[in-house]
Amino acid sequence: MKGWRLWLPLLGIALLLGLFALQLARPKDEFVRSALVGQPLPAFALEAQVPGKHGLANTDFADGRARLLNVFASWCVPCAAEAPQLAALRAGGAEIVAVAIRDKPSDVAAFLDAYGDPFTRIGADPYSQLQIALGSSGVPETFVIDGQGIIRHQHIGDIRARDVPLLLEQLAEAGE
Amino acid sequence: MIAELGLAALWLAAALAGLQLLGGIAVLRDGEALLGQMVRPAAQLQAVLCALSFAALLYLFAVTDLSVALVAGNSHSAKPAIFKLAGAWGNHEGSMLLWVSVMALAGGLIAAVERRLPERTLSATLAAQAWVGLGFYAFLLLSSNPFARLDPAPPEGTGLNPLLQDIGLALHPPVLYLGYVGLSVAFSFAVGAMLTREVTPAFARVMRPWVLGAWVALTLGITAGSYWAYYELGWGGWWFWDPVENASLMPWLAATALLHSAGVLAARDALRTWTLMLGVVAFSMSMIGTFLVRSGILTSVHAFAVDPERGTFILALLALYIGGALALFALRAGTVLEGERFAPVSREGGLVINNVALSAILGIVLLGTLYPLLTEALGFRVSVGPPYFNPVGAIFFLPAMAMLAVGPLLRWRRDTLARIRWQVLAIAAAFGAALLAAVLAGIALLPLLGMALAAAVALGSVLPLVRRRLRHAPLTLWGTVLAHLGVAVAVFGMSADSAFTAERLVALRVGEETSVGPWRVILANVEPVAGPNWTALSARLAVSYSGAEPTLIHPQARSFWAPAQQTSESALLTRWNGQLYAVMGGQAAGEDAGRWQLRLWWKPFVTCIWYGGGLIALGGLLALVGHLATDLRRWRRGRA
Repeated sequence: MKGWRLWLPLLGIALLLGLFALQLARPKDEFVRSALVGQPLPAFALEAQVPGKHGLANTDFADGRARLLNVFASWCVPCAAEAPQLAALRAGGAEIVAVAIRDKPSDVAAFLDAYGDPFTRIGADPYSQLQIALGSSGVPETFVIDGQGIIRHQHIGDIRARDVPLLLEQLAEAGE
Repeated sequence: MIAELGLAALWLAAALAGLQLLGGIAVLRDGEALLGQMVRPAAQLQAVLCALSFAALLYLFAVTDLSVALVAGNSHSAKPAIFKLAGAWGNHEGSMLLWVSVMALAGGLIAAVERRLPERTLSATLAAQAWVGLGFYAFLLLSSNPFARLDPAPPEGTGLNPLLQDIGLALHPPVLYLGYVGLSVAFSFAVGAMLTREVTPAFARVMRPWVLGAWVALTLGITAGSYWAYYELGWGGWWFWDPVENASLMPWLAATALLHSAGVLAARDALRTWTLMLGVVAFSMSMIGTFLVRSGILTSVHAFAVDPERGTFILALLALYIGGALALFALRAGTVLEGERFAPVSREGGLVINNVALSAILGIVLLGTLYPLLTEALGFRVSVGPPYFNPVGAIFFLPAMAMLAVGPLLRWRRDTLARIRWQVLAIAAAFGAALLAAVLAGIALLPLLGMALAAAVALGSVLPLVRRRLRHAPLTLWGTVLAHLGVAVAVFGMSADSAFTAERLVALRVGEETSVGPWRVILANVEPVAGPNWTALSARLAVSYSGAEPTLIHPQARSFWAPAQQTSESALLTRWNGQLYAVMGGQAAGEDAGRWQLRLWWKPFVTCIWYGGGLIALGGLLALVGHLATDLRRWRRGRA
C-alpha cells in the first residue's frame, strides 16, 4: 500500500467525528409532541352516554368552532378532582364535549349530578376504542380541537387551576 | 458502606489501569524496566477490584438500598428478584460499569494465562487495554458515578420501565456487551501488535478466540433482537434497518470479516494489514454504535435514553481511541510486511473476496445509517430505509454468498477450479434447480435469487464433510459447516418470508370468519382485559390449518399509562412450516361500524431466519471450543 493511502481511514473517521460533533452541538427540540397533534380527528360516531344528551361524532367538529374534548370516566378519581377546573373553563367561554370510557349510563349520570355537568355532548366509548385511536393513554385527558376537526393540543392528566388560562389561550388560538 | 467500598474499589481499579498503561509504555521504551514487571500483576488485580465493584452494585440492587441514587431511580422494593438484579445494568451508569468490568476481567485473564506472544507484545496489548479502560473509568468516576448517595433516601424507588421487565430484554444488553468487549480485546491485540510490529500467526491465534466469542455473542444478540422486534412491535417484519439495529449489525459484519482474515493469518501468515485494519474497525463500529444509540443524535423507532452531555464524552473517547489507532495504523502498516503470497484461485483468494464483500456491505450500512445525519447538517431531513438497503446491499451480498458456497472447498495457497470441478458442478446444479423451481413458482427477483443461493450454499457448506470420517473431523470444521449452513437456512427464511407471505387486513363482526393462506380464522369474541399497568382489548380467534381442529389465539391491543405507550401483543402460532401472525387493530368506523380490524399474516418458513441465526452462533461456539481445545493440548505438550 502507498504511504498516503494509509491515512485515508483516519481522514474518514475525522470527518465522521466532525459531523457527530456538529450534530451534538445543535440545540435539540426537547418538547415531546404527541404524534396526533396536528392531525385530524379519526372518523368516529359514538352513541349518547346519558339520556337527553347527544352522542359525539367527528363530524360535529367541522362547524368552524374550536372546542375542548375531555376524556373521562365516572370511576376515575382525578376526573372528579378536575371538575371545578372544567367548570371554570366553561365559565370562561369554552365549549366542552366529552367521551366517557368503559362506563354505565347510570354511573355517569350520578357522576354528573355529584360534580356538575359542563359538557354539551357526551359520547359513549364502552371498549376504549376512540381513546386508543386518539392516542390517549389514560383518564382524564383533554384535547383542544380546532374548527376543522384538527387536534391542536393534548393535555395529559387532570387539569390543574394553573392550566385553565393556558387551555383558554390554546382554544382562542385554535379558533383563529 | 457497601456503596463506598464499591466506589473505592473502582478508583483503585482505575489507578491500577494507569499503572498498567505506564508499565506497558516502559516496556516499549526499555524492555528491562522494573515498571514493566508490574503489567501482568496490575491487570490481574484490576480485574479483581473491578469485579468487586460490580458485585457491590449487584448487592445494592439485590437488597434495594434506596440511599443509592442509581438504585432509587431504577428499582423498587416490590420487584421480582431477577429484575432487581437486571436493574443493575438496565441503566446508563450500571451498563458502563458492566462494560468496564467485563473488559477488566478479560485483561486479567489474558495476563494470567497468555504465554504465546513475545512479552513485549503482550505488555503493549495490556497497555492498550488499560488505555481503553481508563477512558471508561474516567467516564464513570467523573461524570456518571453509579454509587452516588441520595440524602435523604426516598421511601420507595421509582422502578424500572415496565416494558423492560421482560426476561429477554434483561439478558439482551449483557449478551451484546460481551460482543463489544470481546472486540475491544481484539482491538488491544491489534494495537499491541502494531506497536511492536509483531504481526504474526501467533498473534492471530491469540486474538481469534476473543473475536469468535464476541462474534457468537453478537450473533445471538442480533438474532434475539430481531425476533423480539418481530413479535413485540406487531408489524410482522423482522428487520427494519433502524439505526439501533444497524448499530449492532455493523460490528457483526466487521467481526465476521475479521474472523476470516485472522483465520488466514493464523494458518497461512497472509493478510497481515487487513487483519490489523479490521481489528481496529470492528471495535470502532461497536463504539460508534454505542455512541449513536446513547447520544440521541439519530432518531430511532426504539425509545432510548437521550443525553447530549454523555454523547460528548463518548465522542471524545471515540476520537481518542479510533483516531489514535488509525494514526498508528497509518504510521506502522507500511512497515508491516505483507506476508506469504498466494494465487488468486485459493482459499486465501476466496477469503479476500469475502472480506471485500463484507467490508462493502459494512460501508453501505454505515452510509445509509449516517446519511440522514449528513443531510440534516445540510439543512433537510430524509429517512433511509429498505428501498436503499435491500437492492444496494444485494449487489455485494450475492457474490459473498457465491463465495461462501465455493470458498471452503478450495485449498490453501494455490488451487484450480478443475480440481473441485464435481463439487462446483453440484453446487451450480443445486443453484440452477432451485432457480428453476423458483421461476416456476413465480417468485420475485430478489427472493428468487436468495432461495437459489440458499440451496447452493447449503450444499456447498456440507461438501467439505464428504469423504471425511465424520467422527474424526475436527470441531473447527464442524463449526464452519454449521455456521455456513446457518447462513443458508437464514437466507432461505428471509427469501421465503418475502416470497410466500400471505397477508389479509379485514374488519370482522364477532362470529364472522375469513381466511389467510391455508388458514381459516373465526373471530369468536372481543373482550376488555386489565393488566397490572395496562388495559387491553383482547380478541379470541379460532384458527384452523387446512381443515384441522381449530386452536384459540389471543391478539391484544394494549395501552400502558406509565409511561404512556400503545403496544400490540401479537398472537403467533408456530407450525413446522411457518407461523400464523395475528394483530388486533381498532374497531372500524363508518359503514363498517361494529367490525373489528384484524391483520393476519401466514408466513411460511419465517422461523428459519432465527433458527439460522442460532445455527450460526452454534457453529461459532463449536469453532471456539475446537480452538481452545487445540490451544490446551499444545500448552500441555509444551509443559510435558
